[in-house]
Amino acid sequence: MTARIPGRDAWAQHGFFRAHKYLIVRRLTQLGVLALFLTGPLAGIWIAKGTLSASLTFDLLPLTDPFVLLQSLAARHWPETTALTGVAIVIGFYLVFGGRTFCSWACPVNPVTDLAAWLRRRLGVEKGFSMRREARWLVALAVLAASAATGTIAWELINPVTLIYRVALFGTLAGLAVVVAVFVFDLVVARGGWCGHVCPVGTAYALIGKATLLRVSARGRVRCDDCLDCFAVCPENHVIAPALRGRDGAGPVIASADCTVCGRCVDVCPERVFSLTHRFDTRVDAAVPPPPSAAGRPAPAALEKV
Amino acid sequence: MATDSDPKTPTRRRFVQGTLRTAVGAGACGLGLGLFAAQSRSLPADALRPPGALPEDRFLSACVRCGLCVRACPYDTLKLADLGAGPAAGTPYYKARNIPCEMCEDIPCAKACPTGALDKHIGDIATARMGVAVIVSRDTCLNLQGLRCDVCYRVCPVIDKAITLEQTHNRRTGKHAVFEPVVRPDACTGCGKCEKSCVLAEAAIKVLPIKIAVGHQDAHYRRGWEEKTKAGHELVPGIIDLPDRLPEMKP
Ligand code: SF4
Ligand code: SF4
Ligand code: SF4
Ligand code: SF4
Repeated sequence: MTARIPGRDAWAQHGFFRAHKYLIVRRLTQLGVLALFLTGPLAGIWIAKGTLSASLTFDLLPLTDPFVLLQSLAARHWPETTALTGVAIVIGFYLVFGGRTFCSWACPVNPVTDLAAWLRRRLGVEKGFSMRREARWLVALAVLAASAATGTIAWELINPVTLIYRVALFGTLAGLAVVVAVFVFDLVVARGGWCGHVCPVGTAYALIGKATLLRVSARGRVRCDDCLDCFAVCPENHVIAPALRGRDGAGPVIASADCTVCGRCVDVCPERVFSLTHRFDTRVDAAVPPPPSAAGRPAPAALEKV
Repeated sequence: MATDSDPKTPTRRRFVQGTLRTAVGAGACGLGLGLFAAQSRSLPADALRPPGALPEDRFLSACVRCGLCVRACPYDTLKLADLGAGPAAGTPYYKARNIPCEMCEDIPCAKACPTGALDKHIGDIATARMGVAVIVSRDTCLNLQGLRCDVCYRVCPVIDKAITLEQTHNRRTGKHAVFEPVVRPDACTGCGKCEKSCVLAEAAIKVLPIKIAVGHQDAHYRRGWEEKTKAGHELVPGIIDLPDRLPEMKP
């Protein structure tokens, strides 16, 4: 018997697009963000300048990465207003739109670690070195301490998030070594290790995400038939259980700030349990009798083929 | 003992071990990063920062490595450092011998900086201090051989203030003059136009970091001849002037 491939059931029952909707939109968004920066150096059409650490769009809109600025403060530099305005806009945006949505929708490392996770599932790599969830907070603190001790923005020396942009936009190719290291780390050392347990940039966004509005809800949790596809694809799968199982009266909304609102669980669930909503949405679907196979859903025989 | 029969102990021990391991791991990350950061604080002597840059130690606490200054430079002077290229990864720098700073009047690079790593209020580009030019090779500089090259002098945007030609006696021929290029550190911006245009295969004039190229006289030194003019009279009256002795004189 071959291992179950997560998402195949959803694909068979709801078609390729519905089983990959958020994945596709996400990849397009990630490419789109990069494209805004790339049109300048490639075609001379300047839309966004700079990198993900700080940028200027249409010579008007400044954006600054919160963790970069935090390190600068730790290193005892008080930045100019432009950088401060930029960070206020970014924090304001992610307070509404999901915190770690940065990780899954904008960050260029995401396709890299997603590829590692996908390969892991396909090759059946063991879970590997298990890291604590709190590790990320300690790493962030350690990086801030390093910044404070050396008086430098230390993480930017090796930060793959901005390194990839610098490679693509400024041709600093040696930065790719760090990207390869992250890929190998996720593939052989720890499952979801980099984005989930190390990257302090994501930690800063998780902090913003603690109170964010945009959330995923396991609204249709009564229909869950324990196929565990969502657990298999979720980069932070500890966040799912409370909302999905609803133990101790937990609401349907995935409250943890670790959730990246990537929407993969929405895609792969054959029972369409998950949906995107706001954090105060307490609606849950009522239990319905299992629909007869004629009601628009493929007969069990169709499922057996995949 | 009670601890042995306590069913919680192995779990607790694992918890403590796990926490310890995580803390040690994170600490090691921080330490490694700190050491790397400390090491990359040293800037190679031929890498110059853009105009208006904070002093190097403070620059690294401010520059977020966004490259907006690089984008703003119309002459493609500035580059972002690659990993292992010398300057701290991602920070902007230029090498005078490749493309010098053209000293734009409106200083677009400094204006573009969002963080204050480059001072956008620097005002006059002639007050920028990116480095100081130094004749590093007196025995290859053509002017110092008694020829008239003058190129570094002529290209200087702050000509006759930052760099002058000092006429001295040519001891080799005994009858000609030497026009020695002399850089004035208080007026040189370090733009590097001189280094760029030096006609030799290896430039005889190079822009060096101010810290390396400029010395300071201790505050307590007084120059007698200056003090004398200031005071308007001899400082130590009635001093006996002994005859000067030159090395070849017999005692
Ligand atoms: S819970 Fe869903 S949306 Fe959140 S990270 Fe996991 S798969 Fe993505
Ligand atoms: S002053 Fe002009 S030439 Fe010099 S670095 Fe700035 S933008 Fe480039
Ligand atoms: S614009 Fe300022 S913060 Fe950005 S790379 Fe240049 S010096 Fe650094
Ligand atoms: S670096 Fe050379 S060209 Fe530039 S101001 Fe100094 S002496 Fe003049």
